[in-house]
Amino acid sequence: MSRLLVSALVAGALFGLGLAMSGMTDARIVLGFLDVAGAFDPTLMFVLAGAVATTALLFTPILRRGHPLFASAFQVSNLKHIDAPLLAGAALFGIGWGIAGYCPGPALAGLGAGSLESLWFVPAMLAGSLLHRLLFR
Amino acid sequence: MFEAWIPALAGGVLIGLSSVLLLWLNGRIAGISGIMNGVLLPKSGETSWRIAFLLGLIAAAGLYIAFVPGAPQPRQGFSTTGLIIAGLLVGFGTRMGNGCTSGHGVCGLGRFSVRSLAAVLVFMATAMLTTFLLRHVWGLS
Repeated sequence: MSRLLVSALVAGALFGLGLAMSGMTDARIVLGFLDVAGAFDPTLMFVLAGAVATTALLFTPILRRGHPLFASAFQVSNLKHIDAPLLAGAALFGIGWGIAGYCPGPALAGLGAGSLESLWFVPAMLAGSLLHRLLFR
Repeated sequence: MFEAWIPALAGGVLIGLSSVLLLWLNGRIAGISGIMNGVLLPKSGETSWRIAFLLGLIAAAGLYIAFVPGAPQPRQGFSTTGLIIAGLLVGFGTRMGNGCTSGHGVCGLGRFSVRSLAAVLVFMATAMLTTFLLRHVWGLS
């Protein structure tokens, strides 16, 4: 197995561990954060703060290195413009997130726990992505 | 006192470290919707690392939830129709907007992308509005 696969597997495992430990795999906790007018649950705020503080601190020195350790170049979006598809896509994603409390990571993580909700949500999410592909290409 | 902040913050740092590791070693962005879409519509040489990442994510989360005492358990019993509509919107929207909470949120904000900040503000706003309408106006969830 190439080192690119091992590093991706380890990074994925860290991500899944973080989601499960922080409670993001429980959609009640996520909706508790989104429900600002109800019994507001700040958990998601701490998760996002911990994650963004880590990337904000370490991404800049990494990207300054010129190239990643195991590959020839960084593949990072250099798009700058804020356009209609970005905003409309984000708006639609938010509506779906606000309905059930799942964004893609926690929905996939739920598969590992055998969650029935993920078994409904994930195929629908894949279908939604393919539907976009059918309509816009 | 809100006690869940310690595992929340620690879990967040793990998610951040995952993104740091993937960028530092492989030069790739740990955006879950992007990784998933890359598996769905494969491009040569870019599929196997994405599958490895997703398998690691699913297995680690499953093992933690199954074996760690007191681990938060996934919710059960939400409306199936609701899950399907929500899934379609999340899949469609993250593809159209090129990212989700991880790609635009954790990674985009971490590299101070104004484009990602705009996406985060929009999806946070529509998610909060949706939850508000469903719970407090229409009494549906």
